[in-house]
Amino acid sequence: MDFFMQLLIGGLSVGFVYGLSAMGFVMIFKSSSVLNFAHGELLALGGYFFLIFITIVKLPVILAFIFTLLACFITGILIERVFLRSLIGEKLIFVIMLTVGLAAMFKGLLLLIFGGNLYTYPDFLPAAMGIQLGVVQVPPVYVATFGIGIFFLVLFGLFFKFSSQGIYMRSVADNQRASLSLGVNVRRVFALSWAIAALVAGMSGVVLGIINGVNVHDLSALGLKVFPVIILGGLDSIGGAIVGGLIIGILETFTGGYISPSLRDVIPYIILVFILLVKPYGLFGLKEIERV
Amino acid sequence: MEQKLLQINNISVVYSDVIQVLKGVSLSVEKGQIVSLLGSNGAGKTTTLKAISGLLKPENGMVTEGAIVYKGLPMHNKSPEEITRHGIIQVLEGRQPFKYLSIEENLRVGTATRAGKPYQEDLDKVYKYFPQLSNMRKKLAGYCSGGELQMLVIGRGLMAHPELLMLDEPSLGLAPILVREIFDIIRRINEDEGTTIILVEQNAKMALKIATYGYVMENGKIVMEGPAEEVRENPDIKEFYLGMSVSGDAKSYDEVKSYRRRKRWL
Ligand SMILES: Nc1ncnc2c1ncn2[C@@H]1O[C@H](COP(=O)(O)OP(=O)(O)OP(=O)(O)O)[C@@H](O)[C@H]1O
Ligand SMILES: [Mg+2]
Repeated sequence: MDFFMQLLIGGLSVGFVYGLSAMGFVMIFKSSSVLNFAHGELLALGGYFFLIFITIVKLPVILAFIFTLLACFITGILIERVFLRSLIGEKLIFVIMLTVGLAAMFKGLLLLIFGGNLYTYPDFLPAAMGIQLGVVQVPPVYVATFGIGIFFLVLFGLFFKFSSQGIYMRSVADNQRASLSLGVNVRRVFALSWAIAALVAGMSGVVLGIINGVNVHDLSALGLKVFPVIILGGLDSIGGAIVGGLIIGILETFTGGYISPSLRDVIPYIILVFILLVKPYGLFGLKEIERV
Repeated sequence: MEQKLLQINNISVVYSDVIQVLKGVSLSVEKGQIVSLLGSNGAGKTTTLKAISGLLKPENGMVTEGAIVYKGLPMHNKSPEEITRHGIIQVLEGRQPFKYLSIEENLRVGTATRAGKPYQEDLDKVYKYFPQLSNMRKKLAGYCSGGELQMLVIGRGLMAHPELLMLDEPSLGLAPILVREIFDIIRRINEDEGTTIILVEQNAKMALKIATYGYVMENGKIVMEGPAEEVRENPDIKEFYLGMSVSGDAKSYDEVKSYRRRKRWL
């Protein structure tokens, strides 16, 4: 039972991170129909920004984390400004190919600067952050993951539900032409979705970096987990991304724990394929509202 | 003397660099007027509105000749973001709500031109014009009826404080009693808010009732214009749009259609 709980908590926690990072991916897709193939590299960027701020600049942890998020946010805006804006009006496939190019570019840059080594962050989470749940000991990193994850989930939830900018973002995702007709600044919405996507991806990169260490190849590969997660959750559902992430996370840890660690990257996908056979739009894909 | 709010001089509009849709359209709108733009399907009414609102651009359309001047400023080929901020708002054809947003959230999108400013009074005003909407603020627009949606999209336009409100076929697909209600509200908006209105319609009869001036388009050109009463009394208009023979009887569809084939004002 202990082992089960251990796996469950580990799975939920990693899955939560997958879900959050997938949320960023879904946001870009919803607002501009772009599939962002550079998602994994955004994740890696976050991991390295934090590495720079904490081991080179030697900022206090909280500050390093805030600066990392800021750097990611700005990176997102820059990507939109510099690379994507010039492609407005071009076919979607060009934009998607551009994200493939961006992925190669970021990966190359990171490899050039940091090489393929595995870095680890200094151990900064106080042991006291761990929680004793009955007989199960929840390690500090998982507690931190849940804390950060829930904080951002609530923050974005409130942002999209109540703030004007959040409502404009949803309106663009819903009907771009009608948004334009009301003077919504669609470019700003695109820039903001990239910024938020880069921020949540970067944040996931930091958390995964704490758990697994920081390495370009590992982190960008973890970014690819976004695909099963969103396919499961439904391409256009933010809530679905979170649930999809949790499911993939749990499937992985349980496969790794009960069957074999070497299968942890395989079995979840087999299950995924079966789920998709039954529900082709994913578990939470938006059904088009038909009346009107 | 009344001041010209909008002046369109001889514009041509081309889509995708080759498809010419407007061929030298001129029209002018005075402040406080309701101007009706009539014409059959494909005449270029919507294209004219899009040229004014800047929505041509995202559809790969362009004003290639002529000028659109609003309050003395050139507006042709400007972006919709800029044009809406001058107070020109187009309410799109075919009621395009944000389906996954609630009624009230839909209305809030109308504040985009002045983001961050208070909007509660504007909401109250929209609910005053459309009391039905106030009972369903939390309802998703995707589940509303056609009539409710038409009210919603007009209300959403009002939220933007338009000086020039362009309505594209607001009566489309609505029951006659609702059409009367909507037109009555359009007239009230014009009178009470002082909003200048361009009304594109297939329903010429209703449109000419509330309009002060009318234009008729065919094949990308203005083929007739005049004060609304005159356009209404014009025998051709009676034939084509009001479905009446000159004597005032309703004509059979066949007769009108064959006549239409013979003569298209060109
Ligand atoms: N994006 C576009 N690209 C190419 N041609 C277009 C485009 N939009 C409209 N057209 C063409 O321009 C012509 C005029 O269209 P428009 O929508 O302005 O007509 P309309 O008078 O509004 O007609 P309706 O009463 O049916 O709405 C049509 O022949 C249409 O096919
Ligand atoms: Mg039209």
